[in-house]
Amino acid sequence: MNSIDATIAEKGLMSSEMGSERTLYPYVTGTSVIGIKYKDGILMAADMGGSYGSTLRYKSVERLKPIGKHSLIGASGEISDFQEILRYLDELILYDNMWDDGNSLGPKEVHNYLTRVMYNRRNKFNPLWNSLVLGGVKNGQKYLGTVSMIGVHFEDNHIATGFGNHLARPILRKEWHENLSFEDGVKLLEKCMRVLLYRDRSAVNKLQVWCLFPFVTSAFYPLFS
Amino acid sequence: MDLNLDAPHSMGTTIVGVTYDGGVVLGADSRTSTGMYVANRASDKITQLTDNVYLCRSGSAADSQVVSDYVRYFLHQHTIQSGQPATVKVAANLIRLLSYNNKNMLQTGLIVGGWDKYEGGKIYGVPLGGTILEQPFTIGGSGSSYLYGFFDQTWKEGMSKEEAEKLVVKAVSLAIARDGASGGVVRTVIINSEGVTRNFYPGDTLPLWHEELEPQNSLLDILSSTSPEPMST
Repeated sequence: MNSIDATIAEKGLMSSEMGSERTLYPYVTGTSVIGIKYKDGILMAADMGGSYGSTLRYKSVERLKPIGKHSLIGASGEISDFQEILRYLDELILYDNMWDDGNSLGPKEVHNYLTRVMYNRRNKFNPLWNSLVLGGVKNGQKYLGTVSMIGVHFEDNHIATGFGNHLARPILRKEWHENLSFEDGVKLLEKCMRVLLYRDRSAVNKLQVWCLFPFVTSAFYPLFS
Repeated sequence: MDLNLDAPHSMGTTIVGVTYDGGVVLGADSRTSTGMYVANRASDKITQLTDNVYLCRSGSAADSQVVSDYVRYFLHQHTIQSGQPATVKVAANLIRLLSYNNKNMLQTGLIVGGWDKYEGGKIYGVPLGGTILEQPFTIGGSGSSYLYGFFDQTWKEGMSKEEAEKLVVKAVSLAIARDGASGGVVRTVIINSEGVTRNFYPGDTLPLWHEELEPQNSLLDILSSTSPEPMST
């Protein structure tokens, strides 16, 4: 079994090599994330809750984070795995910046990277227990995609994870259209989040809403309600 | 009734960490149980990592002890190499690294609290799974279930050292009253720029809650001086 030799134990403890590793179940989880494309860019919303089973334990968890200059990631599922994904992305962006070649990773590239990470973990039966939403704008092109914990990935004009799949998607299908104004987009997101607050037991009434628009390279507009 | 004396030592526990204007106060009960038996009624669940960073341990006694031993070892090396005291954030992230990378094997919820010159007093919660969350206060252990409502109502920013410690002692004592897995005495550790203070509150110094009686030294004190009256049938 485990060796008592310090060096081997040390190496094993700081990395995930000891024993057969598989994430069996999540502990601290975030619920739905909603994302939509609107006229000028992307709007994303998620509540700030971290549930511990049925207890609404943490109420200030940021589940939407900016990535690089062009993208925004939102996560539902296990928060510790999301924090680990943020570390991977941090390294990815750092290496990209170190090239110092005037190019920067756009949302499509980041989405692809995440897809590979999630799918390869799934193949090893040790998934990162998250559903991710990746939105962004680069060179005026809007992008919105999702990756699940088993590596299923696709792009669309509107994305929802968790309970949002069931409750928000029908609303988005009916009311989303091209060239939504900022106000209409926010109203649509608000409608979806309200329904989720009514019907999702793990929803909390404190939101994070982010908006990405292309005119200014790094203008992220967080609103808290 | 199965006492289950072979069950792994688990610190049922109530642990609390609170920031105040100038530092942090950590608090814990002192009961370690093996199934239904209280293996240690005077445990110290607030362990030292460095001079300025302490750790509240809950869950499996063995797991939390071994994690804290490793982190103390790494922090010691880190302090030697950097030439200055480790920050609370570094200690918390080391705890997170071990907790996250061994999440399948460990069952321990931890609260890291301390003071450093860059950020002042800080509290980090590292629950099961290895999430790390910096918070103005946090609670953990089985007894914490009974404290969510209490803190929602009573917590406020910018408390003084005395107010913060009183809050922590009150909270742990309320949890002990209702959680079978928490008990014994209340221990607190206050950490600020001036240093570290350990305090100890035995049962007779704690407030009485609902249905609790005044402590007596002996049953004999309660009996009246004359022989007791026979019961009327």
